[in-house]
Amino acid sequence: MVQVPNDRRYTSEHEWAKEDDGRILVGITEFAQDQLGDIVFVGLPDPGAEVKAGEPVGEVESTKSVSDVYSPVSGRVVDKNTEVEQTPELVNSDPYGRGWLVRIEPADEGIEQLMTADAYSGLIGFEQEGH
Amino acid sequence: MSEQSEGSLQPSGGTRQLGADFPLIFEESRPGRRAWSLPDVKVDAPPLEELIPSNLRRATPPGLPQVSERDLVRHYTRMSQRNWAIDVGAYPLGSCTMKYNPKVAEEAAGLPGFSSIHPMADDELVQGALELLGLLQRALCEATGMAALTFQPAAGAQGELTGLLIMRAWHRSKGDVRKRVIIPDSAHGTNPASVTLAGYEAQEVRSDDRGLVDVDALKAVLDDDVAGLMLTNPNTLGLFERDIQEIAAAVHEVGGLLYYDGANFNSIVGIVRPGDMGFDIVHLNLHKTFATPHGGGGPGSGPLAVSQRLEPFLPAPVLEFDEGSERWGWQHDRPDSIGRIHSFHGNFGINVRAYAYLRSLGPEGLRRVAELAVLNANYLKTLIEGSFPTKYPGSCMHEFVASATALKKHGVRAMDVAKRLIDLGYHPPTVYFPLVVEEALMVEPTETESKETIDGFAAALNQIAEEAQADPALLHEAPTTTPVRRPDEARAARRLKVRWSGP
Repeated sequence: MVQVPNDRRYTSEHEWAKEDDGRILVGITEFAQDQLGDIVFVGLPDPGAEVKAGEPVGEVESTKSVSDVYSPVSGRVVDKNTEVEQTPELVNSDPYGRGWLVRIEPADEGIEQLMTADAYSGLIGFEQEGH
Repeated sequence: MSEQSEGSLQPSGGTRQLGADFPLIFEESRPGRRAWSLPDVKVDAPPLEELIPSNLRRATPPGLPQVSERDLVRHYTRMSQRNWAIDVGAYPLGSCTMKYNPKVAEEAAGLPGFSSIHPMADDELVQGALELLGLLQRALCEATGMAALTFQPAAGAQGELTGLLIMRAWHRSKGDVRKRVIIPDSAHGTNPASVTLAGYEAQEVRSDDRGLVDVDALKAVLDDDVAGLMLTNPNTLGLFERDIQEIAAAVHEVGGLLYYDGANFNSIVGIVRPGDMGFDIVHLNLHKTFATPHGGGGPGSGPLAVSQRLEPFLPAPVLEFDEGSERWGWQHDRPDSIGRIHSFHGNFGINVRAYAYLRSLGPEGLRRVAELAVLNANYLKTLIEGSFPTKYPGSCMHEFVASATALKKHGVRAMDVAKRLIDLGYHPPTVYFPLVVEEALMVEPTETESKETIDGFAAALNQIAEEAQADPALLHEAPTTTPVRRPDEARAARRLKVRWSGP
């Protein structure tokens, strides 16, 4: 069973978002990394980039495919995980920790409008059965 | 006599068995050894310094391997013996149309009048070659229902880019700048890549539960900012987009154009024409549908055909027949052309093969190609659906996408099935594509495989499904019969090393 920690919120595109001292930390879920397989490349925007909720904020490439990462919130990228750009396998081994992708200064709202861990667990439970 | 193990009996310079490992050509290099010695120059040549500016000259020679002709031939012959090719066995790689290519096409392409001509030769001296291009152009326009065509694109993806640049030029000619191109989620990855390269934004529409474009979802995103729609029909799930006329009408309604990705043309050639479905721009992969050995990186041929209203924008020059002089020639005066997208006129030899194939089959034969490709795929689908079901109901076209999800509970993935097939003597199908099917196995047997081969391939797959249950380790260890077993793809991609850097 994949982990869905309670300390953060989720999107239907399998990103997680976590409050971190007024900023929002963003990554992809354990379910997402499992579906993608071995991640071989992570492309992230440089700090300063403006992002909109639901629009791409980077891409992850696995041996199977390339996928956009969609920003859970609107705002400005203030930091990116350079370690994960060098060592993309961190997204596989620690998706909720060292495998984080970007830190965003939110423009207005926080992450309360996103899915709770319970709701997201329901979604991936459905997706797992749906196929 | 000293005791020796069998392994050390290998004499120096002995030839090992074919499957065994052998050195890289760089490792076989010996200083001064040559495969060919150029004769001495008997005329006074100006010094190199005068011919080539110093900033363009290398300081040191390139690190090329130094080998004799014999070394060179043996090395590449041994390499070729490791190849899997359609001339060796079945190659059911979905969406690639790896069909057997009749040797008559090779013979035609090898004729000196085609193979020994120079691309800079005067039109007057190569009238036969130009006539062949002209006749092939006419035949392909007839088969696609289009008005005009360029042979410049060297493969499908370049055809896509050419088509999108024509799309842009056409909109611009009407003072209309549009930003988005719509692509279904089952599309080939080259489609969104070409869209991005052409300066457009790719917008995805989801497939519905039939595996087809969701027409309502499409209509919801159509507006006057949409430059066009790219569609593969039948799509990569091997399903015919049966709403194509409604789709075409909706796209044209907002002033967009329809682009036909010809990757799967093999299944409809001679039966239905993209032009009649409402498409405005069509690329063909001659190396898929019209006989060319492919799968090693080319060369390919991706001619692009367009409807009459887009003809002025084709890459220049275009081939024309002058009725007065009864001569073929190149027309360069094309003010609205998007310009050249390839030197000369594409990969000419591939076009000769395509023409020979077309003429040897004729219209009825081509139609049979499509019918048998569809029949073979459906027969194979039926034989394996107990073990590898398809996600979408109903019959398929020339290919289908089966799923290996039923084996997941034994810890077996689509990749393991693919690797095990190698041990059983079959090239694996395409795996993990299209993305809309989990654990996808995308199978295209093509029209040229016999019932016996298809039965054998199905038996191998069904055997693997049983092995997954009885002995999953066997599948995880596969392949066991190849010189290289399972390369670590992830590590290869993460720590990419593409250059020989010495021992």
